[in-house]
Amino acid sequence: MIETLDANAAREMMRSVAQSLIDQTDVLTEADLTIGDGDHGVGMRRGFEAALEALDAGAAESAEAAYKAVGTAILSNTGGAAGAVFGTLFRAGSKAFAASEVIDDASFAMALEEGLAAVLKRGGVTEGQKTMVDALAPAARAARAAVGKGLAAATAAATQGALDGVEASKAMIATTGKARSVGERSIGYPDPGAISVSLILKAMQDFTARA
Amino acid sequence: MIEGLALANDGRVYKLDGKPALIRKDIPDGKVALLIGGGSGHEPLFHGFVGKNMGDGAACGNVFAAPSPDVIAAAAKAVHRGKGVLFLYGNYAGDNMNFDMAVELLEDDGIEVRTVRVCDDVAAAPPERMHDRRGIAGDIYMIKVAGGAASELDTLDEVERVARKAQGWVRSMGVAVSAGSIPETGKLTFELGDDEIEVGMGAHGEAGIARQKLKSADAIADELMDKILADLPFARGDEVALMINNLGATTMMEMLIVNRRIRAILEREGISVHRTDVGTWLTVQEMAGFSVTLMKLDDELKHYLDMPAESLGYSRM
Repeated sequence: MIETLDANAAREMMRSVAQSLIDQTDVLTEADLTIGDGDHGVGMRRGFEAALEALDAGAAESAEAAYKAVGTAILSNTGGAAGAVFGTLFRAGSKAFAASEVIDDASFAMALEEGLAAVLKRGGVTEGQKTMVDALAPAARAARAAVGKGLAAATAAATQGALDGVEASKAMIATTGKARSVGERSIGYPDPGAISVSLILKAMQDFTARA
Repeated sequence: MIEGLALANDGRVYKLDGKPALIRKDIPDGKVALLIGGGSGHEPLFHGFVGKNMGDGAACGNVFAAPSPDVIAAAAKAVHRGKGVLFLYGNYAGDNMNFDMAVELLEDDGIEVRTVRVCDDVAAAPPERMHDRRGIAGDIYMIKVAGGAASELDTLDEVERVARKAQGWVRSMGVAVSAGSIPETGKLTFELGDDEIEVGMGAHGEAGIARQKLKSADAIADELMDKILADLPFARGDEVALMINNLGATTMMEMLIVNRRIRAILEREGISVHRTDVGTWLTVQEMAGFSVTLMKLDDELKHYLDMPAESLGYSRM
């Protein structure tokens, strides 16, 4: 188990997250074709490929820098709503590591909370509208509840929170974004952005669960 | 694609260095600038509408995805001539967020920006929630009017006022007889049977308000016009501009058949047509189908709409 990540370890974790999302492009494409326009997978792949390049390009100065580099790469390369939202998630979240300099359970939970607050503001959405927020918000709450149990436990709790959110999003009717036009026809399908949140957190969980 | 488009403009437009954006070469000093943009895959919208009396620049995203804030901000700086920049684009969550972030970046540089979002699709939301409607082919008339206003009017306030008037007076709706596709995945944006149509779908192939059995061009025109007319801020005696836009794989013959029916409906309603545009301006990657746009006109909008336009995608004199 890994309970604190210094700059180098944080960079390695972010590399692992990026690779995981790139590997699961098709999963996201299929999910988005059902209720969106089918480009979520390729958009996320573009962003995380750029994130890998950014992480490889510079030495890891800090956990904050590694997290922010991912957000900036996504913001500049993904495009669309996903670029804005996931870029904002990582860029705003990075501030949580400024004070502690490492990623531990407390700063990890704070990064999710800061990221969530910024995404809510940027997107003008609330929970229940069938967006990535419906995975992010329960993940942030679960991570907060797990503070004190260590980073591995916190990432595992956040992942479970996100997966529960993905499941709950199936029953929701999309009222924002391109899926909005599908209306009630969106019932029964999970939100693709929520799936992305769960994949990001699952990759963090897998990384921190390593011996 | 963008380099090819710049070349096709024969020197009147250039590609911004290192960014997917097209900029007019001959933007006059002291002009209010008009920046348009959005996802690609709708050719010639948006990047085909850069030129005299049209957009001064276009920020381009990937297929069906909004451009990123740094691309938009770089394009805005390139078109800025000291009088501020009007952002004009379709009302989609991705475009809204990315353009808004660009506004924040530009504020840091002291560049004044106003935003007008095209929200003309009557199928997307009821009239009381116009701000939830997406922008479809109304984009073209909006760009034409705002482009004209930005060429003649002296302040960003005035250009914004004219663009907002056009925004309030334009209505559209579309129908698809076959789905579009996304080049990067090769997948169709929705599944549609050979004998089915999707009514009121979005410009990226988002599903529409109803799926129906295929019917005649006249019957489809009737259905679209029922919906648009019920929504129009028009009365008998009003004048409109009428656009029939090909979504990609529809023939001119089919659109002209539709035009005949629409004119009969408008005549019945006592609405006269000042000008008609039938062509291909907002496409959806191989989709077959068309959309109908009506814009109510007064003397001011008529003047800007009728100004000669020089751009690859629209050059009616």
